[in-house]
Amino acid sequence: MNEFLQLLIVGVSQGCIYGLMALGFVMIYKATEMVNFAQGDMMMLGSFVAWTLIMDFGIPFWLGVPCTLIIMALFGALVDILIVRRVIGQPQFAIVILTLGLGIIFRAAAGMIWGQVPLTIDSPISGFSSFYGIVIGNERLAIIAVTTLLIVILWVYFRYSKWGIAMKAASQNQLAAYYSGIPVRVIISAVWAVAAAISALAGILLAPITLIEPMNGLLGIKAFAAAVIGGFGSMPGAILGGLIVGIIEPFAAAYIPGVKGSMIYIVMLIVLALRPQGLFAQIHKKKL
Amino acid sequence: MNLLEIEKLSISFGGVKAVDDVSFAVEEGSVYAIIGPNGAGKSTIFNLLSRFYEPLSGQLNFAGNDLLNLKAKDIARLGIARTFQNLELFEHTSVLQNLLVGRHVHNNQSWWRQLLFTGSVLEAELKHRRKVEEVIDFLELAHYRNHMISGLPYGVRKKVELARALCIEPKLLLLDEPASGLNPEETEDMGFWIEDIRRDLNMTVVMIEHDMSLVKEVSNRVLAIVDGKVVAEGSHTSVQKHPDVISAYLGDVQ
Amino acid sequence: MLKFIKRNFDMRILFKTNYKQDINLAKHSGQSFWYALLILIMFSAPLILDGYYIGEATRVLIYAMAGLGLMVITGFTGQASLGHAAFLAIGAYTNAWFLAQGFSSFVALPMAALLSMIGGLLVAIPAARMSGIYLAIATLAFAIIVEDLAGHLNSITGGNRGMMVDVPTLFGYQIWETWELYLFVLCILVVATLAVLNILRSPLGRAMIAVRDSEVSSQALGVNLIKTKVFAFTLSAAITGLAGAFLAHYMLFLTPQIFGILLSIQLLLMIVLGGLGTVHGVFFGAVLIGVLETGISIAKDSLPSSIGGLPGIEPLVFGLILISVIAFEPTGIYGRWVKIRSYMEFFPIYRRKSFKRQRSYLKTERLR
Repeated sequence: MNEFLQLLIVGVSQGCIYGLMALGFVMIYKATEMVNFAQGDMMMLGSFVAWTLIMDFGIPFWLGVPCTLIIMALFGALVDILIVRRVIGQPQFAIVILTLGLGIIFRAAAGMIWGQVPLTIDSPISGFSSFYGIVIGNERLAIIAVTTLLIVILWVYFRYSKWGIAMKAASQNQLAAYYSGIPVRVIISAVWAVAAAISALAGILLAPITLIEPMNGLLGIKAFAAAVIGGFGSMPGAILGGLIVGIIEPFAAAYIPGVKGSMIYIVMLIVLALRPQGLFAQIHKKKL
Repeated sequence: MNLLEIEKLSISFGGVKAVDDVSFAVEEGSVYAIIGPNGAGKSTIFNLLSRFYEPLSGQLNFAGNDLLNLKAKDIARLGIARTFQNLELFEHTSVLQNLLVGRHVHNNQSWWRQLLFTGSVLEAELKHRRKVEEVIDFLELAHYRNHMISGLPYGVRKKVELARALCIEPKLLLLDEPASGLNPEETEDMGFWIEDIRRDLNMTVVMIEHDMSLVKEVSNRVLAIVDGKVVAEGSHTSVQKHPDVISAYLGDVQ
Repeated sequence: MLKFIKRNFDMRILFKTNYKQDINLAKHSGQSFWYALLILIMFSAPLILDGYYIGEATRVLIYAMAGLGLMVITGFTGQASLGHAAFLAIGAYTNAWFLAQGFSSFVALPMAALLSMIGGLLVAIPAARMSGIYLAIATLAFAIIVEDLAGHLNSITGGNRGMMVDVPTLFGYQIWETWELYLFVLCILVVATLAVLNILRSPLGRAMIAVRDSEVSSQALGVNLIKTKVFAFTLSAAITGLAGAFLAHYMLFLTPQIFGILLSIQLLLMIVLGGLGTVHGVFFGAVLIGVLETGISIAKDSLPSSIGGLPGIEPLVFGLILISVIAFEPTGIYGRWVKIRSYMEFFPIYRRKSFKRQRSYLKTERLR
């Protein structure tokens, strides 16, 4: 029982990370119908930027984190303004390739700038807590806490704030949003900014657990699996998908070693075979 | 002889009855028009016939075949062709290729023969090409034969959509707003073609249309649908005078 | 000089007298001449070039074969595949294994194609029901699973420690020479290309393009979506599987790491760069990527070690090219070549706007 609970909490904390990345991914998809295959690499860049600020420049942790988020948000917006805007109107396939290319560039550039040696950040949240007979690293609890807080903030934001509602409007009907006076291009850049910041946050949360290295960007693929399982049009689905993926991993590693790496993809393929739109999909068939 | 028989057809989308208990029959060799305000459910009827949607209830009978037993891909082989209101052409290929896809139901060459491109495949290709050229002649598309769809003007695209449906050599042709977006001259041409289709090609036509002059010109019978329900059915004049049709759709000034 | 240009690039008015001219692969005698010449040159290359270049050429041919397979499913049928390296892996390992058991290439190669086809079927049947992004991610997942399996099935694949590959054997004759492998690959590539060209001018090929451009009206025209997609996937997997088998002979030593995501993306880059949806694009892309790879290694050697020694230059360059192509010339090299050719044919009345892309709003695939 203890072992079960242990694995569960580890899984949930990992799932929060995947969920956050999947969230950024789904946000961009809902707003622009573009798939951002560079989401995981943005997370990786976020953790590197945080390292530079906190470990290299010596900025205190509680200042470095918000600075990182702001920097990454600006970065996300820049990616949209400079690169993604050029391909509006092209078929979805072109966007996939574009973001794949971006991901490759981010990974390669990170390797050049920060090197391939794994780095780590000294976080004030360290140590262990124990309860009910299990021992959990505090970073993992922090992940769960921060993610929950973020979800609440985002929910309030999309429900009540002007920009949040504008984002929802732009994601449902771009043309109508234009006519309502919403600056759609700015909103889309803002969506990219928020998504990048969320991914950066995931990267920072992840840093104490996994060392920071360029290959971390490939964790993004697991986040895609999460987004697919949850269903592409739904933000709660993204979080839930992330949790599912996160929980499956440690249990698969513990009980079915050997297929650990592929397990979540096998699950994803099964979900797709049974329900091709994902579990919580909000995407329906084209109007004829 | 009724070629198409629809009985008590119904379908709902999210609680709204898009098609409500619709029944009508189309006589072979006639032109049957369906009119009504936008959103009345007319295209939905076509989509039900094409088997893209599953009806809540009702019967669909075509030449003695129960359409509900079939899937969307089997409809064309039965002899039913359709055009789409929003034009579903194959954008990144030529007009000729679009029309040749229309011949798909007449293909019986196995896949390995096609990989080797044997003599029988070549013969079949020449035969299909000849048939397609007949349609190109009929609709005067010769000039655009090798053009990519993506550069073509709207009027030409509409013709290609119609031509592609004709290449199936169907018994029943479903036209979804064939004159929408066309200028008066093009609309008149469309009228002549529909007449020719009926008379020379021996096809039965069901068309959804908003252009009343075209409806008056070519149709034998008219069906008026408002809010998914049948409101009037009969000859053009009788439907045109029907009070419900006037109030819901046509307006008072004649 | 000007006369030569004029004669060859002048707006050629082709007078067609029968439909066969449209159906034939070479549209007029000039085309047949140039293609025949090209094939002749390709086959006699070993007489002219020396071993190193023949080896490079073999690599390009293998890339072209792999790209041809990917083009069939992605360029012509519109089903994005982000995991085609999986079929390269299946083909490579199958070929190597059968050879190791003592079979000749006569058995090993068809088995490589066959197992790849089965893999293609496995992917195709669920994938046929998915669209766009789900399909892309599913193919990616498939590739990850295959790479994982290659690492785990130690007894068959040698796992992470790798596997040696024997030379191809045909009817007892062992193919040791570089030029022999080159000719072998060239023959198979020519056959595969002809098969694809044949399909493209037949009903199945048109059905594939129809599925790419509009699934809705394809169905209304009687096209069986699932059968078409499954056929395309299977053909694509078979061709790429064969390419994988030859890749095994080229590399002589297989490890699972070869067949990672970067290889799949490289294949994708090849066909996009070359020109999506065209057979020409496959070859343009393969040549360019081949040249690029060689160019990067040469550049790495000649640059100061501080820059040249940096890891990740290759992926960086690939990524930059990928983005540039999509942003500036989505029709790829072949598309650019068509524009240049039109420019010269219509000179001086060429209009740039005839190829202008339409700026448009987001065309949504969703129904609220």
